[in-house]
Amino acid sequence: MLTPATRGRRGSTAPWTSAAVVVAALVVVPVALLTASVLSPSTEVWAQQWRTRLPGQLVDTAVLLAGSVLGAVVLGAGLAWLVSAYDFPGRRWLSWMLVLPLAMPGYILGFLTVATFGRTGSVQDQWRAWFGRDAWFPDFESTMGAIVTFSLVLYPYVFLLARAALRDQAAGAYQAARVLGAGPAEAARRVVLPMVRPAIAAGGAIVAMETLTDFATVQYFGVDTVSVGVFRIWRGTYDRDAAGELATLVLAFALLAIGFERVARGRARFAQSGGAGAGFDRRRLRGMRAAAATAACGLVVSVAFAAPVAQLAWWAIDEQTGPRGTPLTDEYTSYLRHSAQLVAICVVVCVAVAVLVANAQRFGSPRLTRWSSRAIAVGYAVPGPVVGIGVLLFTVGLDSLLERIGLDLPGVLATGSMVVLVYAYVVRFLGPGFGSVESGMTQVPDEVTASARVLGAGPLRTMWRVHLPLARSSLLTAAVLVAVDALKELPIVLLLRPFGFDTLPVWVYNLASESRYRQAALPALSIVAVAVVPVVLLSRRLDRRPT
Amino acid sequence: MFTRRISRLIAATAAVAVAALSASCSDDDSDALHVYSGRHYGIEKAFEQFTKDTGIKVVFLTGNDGELRERIAAEGEETKADAYITVDAGNLAAAAAQGLFQPIDSSVLAQAIPAELSDPDGLWYGLTVRVRTIVYNTDLLAAEDVPATYEELAEPTWKGRVCMRNSTSVYQQSLVASLIAAHGEEEALRIVKGWAGNAEIFATDELILDALADGLCEVGVTNHYYLARRYDENPNFPVGLVWANQDDRGAHVNVSGGGVTKHSRHPEEAQRFLEWLATDGQKVLIGDNHELPANPAIEPDQVLVDRFGVDFLADPLDAATIGSLNADAVRLMDEAGYE
Repeated sequence: MLTPATRGRRGSTAPWTSAAVVVAALVVVPVALLTASVLSPSTEVWAQQWRTRLPGQLVDTAVLLAGSVLGAVVLGAGLAWLVSAYDFPGRRWLSWMLVLPLAMPGYILGFLTVATFGRTGSVQDQWRAWFGRDAWFPDFESTMGAIVTFSLVLYPYVFLLARAALRDQAAGAYQAARVLGAGPAEAARRVVLPMVRPAIAAGGAIVAMETLTDFATVQYFGVDTVSVGVFRIWRGTYDRDAAGELATLVLAFALLAIGFERVARGRARFAQSGGAGAGFDRRRLRGMRAAAATAACGLVVSVAFAAPVAQLAWWAIDEQTGPRGTPLTDEYTSYLRHSAQLVAICVVVCVAVAVLVANAQRFGSPRLTRWSSRAIAVGYAVPGPVVGIGVLLFTVGLDSLLERIGLDLPGVLATGSMVVLVYAYVVRFLGPGFGSVESGMTQVPDEVTASARVLGAGPLRTMWRVHLPLARSSLLTAAVLVAVDALKELPIVLLLRPFGFDTLPVWVYNLASESRYRQAALPALSIVAVAVVPVVLLSRRLDRRPT
Repeated sequence: MFTRRISRLIAATAAVAVAALSASCSDDDSDALHVYSGRHYGIEKAFEQFTKDTGIKVVFLTGNDGELRERIAAEGEETKADAYITVDAGNLAAAAAQGLFQPIDSSVLAQAIPAELSDPDGLWYGLTVRVRTIVYNTDLLAAEDVPATYEELAEPTWKGRVCMRNSTSVYQQSLVASLIAAHGEEEALRIVKGWAGNAEIFATDELILDALADGLCEVGVTNHYYLARRYDENPNFPVGLVWANQDDRGAHVNVSGGGVTKHSRHPEEAQRFLEWLATDGQKVLIGDNHELPANPAIEPDQVLVDRFGVDFLADPLDAATIGSLNADAVRLMDEAGYE
């Protein structure tokens, strides 16, 4: 903790505190607008839901959440350990290819899984041809199928964070433990695991949020979660209030997951001293063990990324060259351009705001900034449409309020303006961006901040010249997490975009909503292709030895 | 070194951002007709053709029906939308109930579109017709053994032999709404419980057709045009269609349609647009989607005539009633334990 003396040396705490509080308010208000109706609950709807679907939805949500987080953590942390502590043929390539599934949207892998392994999929067709119509086959259109899909597309979050923690923090301690006589297993368990625990917990929390707020992927598997319930009520009975109330249940699950993360993270704080870690002295695997390691990594990459991409490419080529194929038009480039523009703006704004709030924790009032920093994750904990409609209601209300007091901002706050669209994206995706920047900042010891301040640097200068360079790889991670999520986002852009501003996911949606799945292969493939760029950049950058 | 690189990066991205903002903020289309559309496929072609025919420029925004409705409602008097086009009577009725439409007094529309496919107050008009009816595997069932009514599918003899759509689908909701209208809540609940016990549930109509073709089930319920599309790809696709309930109330029909928004800035052009879609624009609106034209003066496409026959009895239940019963249908399926 900084002492009051260093805190107040130059510049006061007030601007930092108020910046953090304003950001938190701007994130919380739109979400609160929709969920506040829980204060005057529609008891009839609740009673009816409780009697019929809600108990099942709660169970499905809990099982799906636990299974997906467990699957992603085991895959992510296990593979991170494998590529960090051991050497085997193809390790260098595989260790960055293992991040690629991050570029695969869950709703696309979900559809492909059902189309391939589902009741009417090609695999079961063949199976029945061999073993008869009633031959047993695992039921992929189930909670289990959804868990496998989520684990495969979401494990890279855990993998990325765990690998960085292993390299930057745990490697030195592991070597020390070995030198002091601990066996590899004991050193891993007693030294490495506690040090990477916060990273694994943070990755697990992201997986939990993505799973909870999803309502598109789960529907392919017939899983009836609380998020699905929100949409059935809203779109089926047109009862927005009741849907908003049900959305608070999603939020409650999210709070549970966050509480769990805090416990799992423990009180551990590992400030790094003396530059970035040197990484592990990898043990070389030989023979069968080496082959098994290579095969395990290769299998995950193929199942979660290579095979789905191949299937999409096959369909896309088939559609484009077939008799009903449509030639690519200028529209295609405009979808691409819009997606890229939107993602670029969102990344810059999200990371800038995250840096601001993370630094406010150092320079501002500790208590207020702590609450603010917790509150800004709320947008990530509710489904996209809840954020979209909340932002819509909030900006329309604000606009008319400003007009009434004579402050007319023509077009800025109107729906369908880029400002409102970007605002909604920031509300939704500030959570993961901030989480990453915050964990980067924990690697900057308080003493370093204090030294900079004692030497006469103001807060801004300290942030710019000291904090940012030290936390730079976490800024990059934040940028990529936001970019990937923003690129895949659909409900917000569908609701708030300006006329003519169609993105790649909108294109997929337009075709998929008319069940023209094969024609949707090309735009789906394009999303993956664009998302791969930041993912590969990040992965290679983290691979490079820090200088 | 680091800060300089970051500064450059930020400057570059900011430049892109400003360019994007300014490019998308300028709305020089204020004279054009603005359409919000929950119908996506092939709609661009209809807009192009309309502009060619009338000289009225159209800009449009596709999206999800529910979200588009929320957007028009929130925008209120500020809305840019002149017309709202969507699929399913439930969506149209919801928009009318929210007061998003203005009544249209048009002799062209009154003449082109049958009364049961429109709102009684002229708030919206159906433009295309989709029939949700019974389909079957032609290898496993002879035509005379196919159940003739939706109600028969609830009988125990069909246990494990039926494929149906999940309750999240607005098509399924409308079908159940028509059961409520025909039989009352209690009997409708009994029928839907029967379905729940008999049927394998799928997330899309396309999957139901796949399941039928694979012989996973013998009979199912889908919208007619999904099957017609399959014939385009494979004329020997092993699934056939019967028009449901021909000996009583007729097959369940639903519409896609549209109306002029209450706060439209170009209400005359918007009305003209709907009139055009209901007459000259019918064929191009349907495109290769094999829906039936709502205007009886327009010939349905040849695949439908040849493969299904288009002289069938349609449930005369008006689309507005179907729409108003949608919420009840959702609750009823919850009660029945229908997935």
